[in-house]
Amino acid sequence: MQNTTELNNKPKRFIYDFNPEETDITMQTKDLEIYYGKTLAMHNADLKFQKNTITALIGPSGSGKSTFLRALNRMNDGVATVKGEILYQGVNINQPKIDVYEVRRRIGMVFQRPNPFAKSIYDNVTFALQRRGIHDKKTLDRVVETTLKQAAVWDQVKDSLNKSALSLSGGQAQRVCIARALAVRPDVLLLDEPASALDPVSTQQLEATLRELKKDYTIIIVTHNMQQAARLSDYTVFFNMGEAIEYNKTRKVFTRPKVQMTDDYVSGNFG
Amino acid sequence: MNRTQKQSRFAIACLKAVAGFVVVILAFLIGYIFITGLPNISWHFLTSPAKAFNAGGGIGIQLFNSFYLLVLAMLISLPIALGAAIYLNVYAKDNWFTSMIKTSIEILSSLPSVVVGLFGFLLFVVQFNYGFSIISGALTLTIFNLPLLTRNIEDSLSNVPDDQRQGGLGLGLSKYETIIHIVVPASLPGIISGIILCSGRVFGEAAALIYTAGQSAPALNFADWNPFNIDSPLSPLRPAETLAVHIWKINSEGIMPDLTQVSSGSAAVLVLAILIFNLSARFIGRKVFERMTSVK
Repeated sequence: MQNTTELNNKPKRFIYDFNPEETDITMQTKDLEIYYGKTLAMHNADLKFQKNTITALIGPSGSGKSTFLRALNRMNDGVATVKGEILYQGVNINQPKIDVYEVRRRIGMVFQRPNPFAKSIYDNVTFALQRRGIHDKKTLDRVVETTLKQAAVWDQVKDSLNKSALSLSGGQAQRVCIARALAVRPDVLLLDEPASALDPVSTQQLEATLRELKKDYTIIIVTHNMQQAARLSDYTVFFNMGEAIEYNKTRKVFTRPKVQMTDDYVSGNFG
Repeated sequence: MNRTQKQSRFAIACLKAVAGFVVVILAFLIGYIFITGLPNISWHFLTSPAKAFNAGGGIGIQLFNSFYLLVLAMLISLPIALGAAIYLNVYAKDNWFTSMIKTSIEILSSLPSVVVGLFGFLLFVVQFNYGFSIISGALTLTIFNLPLLTRNIEDSLSNVPDDQRQGGLGLGLSKYETIIHIVVPASLPGIISGIILCSGRVFGEAAALIYTAGQSAPALNFADWNPFNIDSPLSPLRPAETLAVHIWKINSEGIMPDLTQVSSGSAAVLVLAILIFNLSARFIGRKVFERMTSVK
């Protein structure tokens, strides 16, 4: 147990600030407030996300981390009211005149449970492109191969591309879903507890995939699993009670947290 | 054995008996209808026209009428029901307007079919001057069929897990693209089962048709498929007694000598058709699902 004096010396919140000269910020939130009906679900989260890094959002259930994530590509539209600014490459995308479909194409999302469509693997990956009027077989073939390779599932499915994606195992299905998100060529990949429905082996493969993907994408991942956050991410945000409490390099969050609450959470003394 | 166990055994025995009773009723009815009816069914019976005064008449025209009316009624009601179901499932907000639509559908589905039939008579036969005709019958059947079909389709749509919709929206697709290209295909097995089950109900419907499609089956010229000729089988303006109406009609005022045989034969054909509809609904639904998922 910590003694009281040390407790008092620790700050209530700590948000890491990047040096804007040296870093390339892909996304940034300012004065974000998210309401479900009239209930304030999330506020106090002015965060910046650096290009080509993995940032993990951790925190107990109901801490607002998923709500925050879903606001970033406006999946909360019609579900919650989001006030404040969400800057993507310097542009505030949280305003009505912004084309929300284009936002979601640039900022892709992978969900908690693998959700392949009831279509073939090939059509799952190419569906969004076909809807955008791209029907050239060669282009589509190339996209299927590249994205499935990026998602590290090409070798398992290359001979059964015309089989239904619903026949895949959970881990394979989740990686096909990642390929599907990559097919529309996003910049940012948001993942909402992507491994929570997967077994340890699939989880490990998924993490390897994400590590590979961060070379080309900015990845923000919500996870319940602290080991996963520690293994996988470059930066970690700890959320609690609808606030971002601590944001720092992952190593620091897990070894020398600046806020007492974070310390309690990552060491398992929470509550 | 203690008291709780005894109670539980007793309760289970009672429930089994009640469930068994339902099966026994069904088995008895079907058994009776088939035993009395099936011996009367022959190729001649299924294909030749009915005779009003002599023995040896068939149900060919009535059978054709039943199927033709069914197809027409489904062609009219399916797009409407699909649209209504999609609206209710995707776009309808939780407000008084939506609950009014839902209540209307409930009420419409509980209207007695004879009332729907008389309404169809006043509106289509008299007001629109379509006369006793296929088209009057098909439109009336649409009113009769619409609420159930809408609810069936809406149920199938809401059975599609929400993460399918999220997946579509997450790729930057619109709500409309998501529902048409992802949710509807995923719910296709359920929708198909629903359509077939509704078909069974429509196929056996008599009361709604007596005053709309009429009680006579004029001879048809099966060589003439031009829908604009009145004796063509496809003509929508000819009167068309269906199989179910035929059974009612000959039992209330038939005078042919082989009345009992014709009646029980017709009943057997009707029940057989409805059984096929019901059994194939499950089978086809499952097949479609297997095809889509490639999972056996």
